[in-house]
Amino acid sequence: MGLDIRVPIGIMFAIIGAMLVIFGAVSDPAIYARSLGLNLNLWWGAALLVFAAVMLGLARRAGAGRKPSADASGR
Amino acid sequence: MSSMTLAPIDYAILIVYFGFVLGIGYMLKRHVRTSADFFISGRSIPAWVAGLAFLSANLGAQEVVGMAASGAKYGIATAHFYWVGAIPAMIFVGVFMMPFYYGSRARSVPEYLKLRFDEKTRGFNAISFAAMTVFSSGISLYAMGRLLELLLGWDFNFSILVSALIVLAYIFLGGLTSAIYNEVLQFFLIVLGFTPLVYIGLRDAGGWDGVVSRLAVTATQRGYPEGAWTHAWAYLGSPSSNPMGVEWFGLAMGLGFVLSFGYWCTDFLVVQRAMAADSMSAARRTPLIAAVPKMLFPVLVIVPGMIAMGLTSQPGESGFTLPMRADGTLDYDMTIPLMLGHYFPSGMLGLGLTALMASFMSGMAGNVTAFNTVWTYDIYQSYLKPQASDRHYLLMGRWTTVVGILISVAAAYVASMFNNIMDLLQLVFAFVNAPLFATFLLGMFWRRATGHGAFFGLVAGTLGAALHHGLTVPIHAATLVKGGWIAYLLNGAPQHVYPSEMAQNFWTAIYAWTACFVVTILVSLATRQAKSDQELTGLVSSLTPRLANEDLVWYHRPERLAMVVLAGLVLLNIIFW
Repeated sequence: MGLDIRVPIGIMFAIIGAMLVIFGAVSDPAIYARSLGLNLNLWWGAALLVFAAVMLGLARRAGAGRKPSADASGR
Repeated sequence: MSSMTLAPIDYAILIVYFGFVLGIGYMLKRHVRTSADFFISGRSIPAWVAGLAFLSANLGAQEVVGMAASGAKYGIATAHFYWVGAIPAMIFVGVFMMPFYYGSRARSVPEYLKLRFDEKTRGFNAISFAAMTVFSSGISLYAMGRLLELLLGWDFNFSILVSALIVLAYIFLGGLTSAIYNEVLQFFLIVLGFTPLVYIGLRDAGGWDGVVSRLAVTATQRGYPEGAWTHAWAYLGSPSSNPMGVEWFGLAMGLGFVLSFGYWCTDFLVVQRAMAADSMSAARRTPLIAAVPKMLFPVLVIVPGMIAMGLTSQPGESGFTLPMRADGTLDYDMTIPLMLGHYFPSGMLGLGLTALMASFMSGMAGNVTAFNTVWTYDIYQSYLKPQASDRHYLLMGRWTTVVGILISVAAAYVASMFNNIMDLLQLVFAFVNAPLFATFLLGMFWRRATGHGAFFGLVAGTLGAALHHGLTVPIHAATLVKGGWIAYLLNGAPQHVYPSEMAQNFWTAIYAWTACFVVTILVSLATRQAKSDQELTGLVSSLTPRLANEDLVWYHRPERLAMVVLAGLVLLNIIFW
């Protein structure tokens, strides 16, 4: 309907992923005792960034593919 | 109950989410020009989006929290609610029923009933569905307010008001499309928010083997066979050998057939998402696409419950256990929130909490979009003001959203005052839903089914459900809401005792469905078919031309996709036998 949902999803998870990675990098390691020593913020934040990249990549590919083939509804 | 404390980063993540939710609604505003855009997305939603929305609309936070609690209480058998209790129905509605829903150009499920049967059948369904769905929305709101109050100490009224306003804003602006897009967002949030929880939990318990061995202890401590928590079918021979208290027949027919088909095939909340798809093929594939993550969801929501239960018998290195309530029972309901608070550091905690809030809000949004469509098209346009302009109905739709939200808020407050209101609502929902599938089955596949047959069948089915509920009671029932009230009203009336509430639910559904099925057939045979063959074309199987599948790719062909999904289902059931 005119807005490819992959774009906002990609952007949102890119922002959240970046927030988690940065926080994970600067936070006090003591808070990770509860997650069994793993810096979840850093690792999972990075995973979110990868996910966001995939979403945005798919959206771009869909957008580029739509131009050559004429969209009948003209949306 | 220990409260969680949130750090600024957690609040920041939550605010980012709210910002996107409102932003998406705002950006969609200019695409909403007609009532069809508002209520049914102008039938323009791609299959994958509709599929994920189909799944998410059904996935409220109560389900996420409730399934984890059930996973702790009953083990992997809980997965039946996702496997036998959902997938066959989803396959059926996609492959066999969507051609009639989508092909009839009906804008809602009650509208299909009007086209196929008559006004009174439509009215019965529209009114009962509208009332039920808006109250469900209120219950979602209430449950969320309670949880946030308990967990974070947030003011109940504040949580309710803020959530209601946000949902109101994005639906008012963007209609169904806004709700659908936010449901897709919710889906990814749940997956990405809960996967780390499963990972950490498994690590704490010593992997899947660690969980299995701990649950063996749990099972034997409670007098069940060792594998009772970790097998889905093996211990369903009798109600006493599994913690659910059911046997396989009641489960397969009650849950697997009646309840599951009654919901997935007729509930407008989910069917609406498939009806909004951009083509017949997309509409048919929507439930099938939804079925794939649906099958795998037990890993995300049920396994944490099982891990928590296992750890309660034998804590891992982090010492997590489920707390005990004053009456000596474990507090299963708080499984997910407690695990989130225990394992997630600030940052991840914000993500997990956002995922939970997203599910509550999108559950509410789904109910409100279904309500405003049924109200505007099936009640307002049909009975109150039939000949108005499209602009009028679009305006009505927007304002109905406001009213729907207000009713939801009111319902949330009513629920907070009466303890049993949620049980009561579940009950009425079950009474009304259970017979519906019989009506649709006969309507879509038996040309001879008439309007009188359908209406009286529905009434009979609903009464049958009420009757069965009144005459039976689950063991240890404390209130009349659980059943057996006929014996209470009429001294000496019979009362059958079931080994568990779930067993009673399954059998209520079976009796209700059968009553509706039989009565619909009998009354149809006794009455004239009021609709001509021409009127019924596209609505009944025997009068609808077979669809030709132009696409050659297997995942674009509904039948092929269905077979792959079915194979996956069988495989999962074998693995967890």
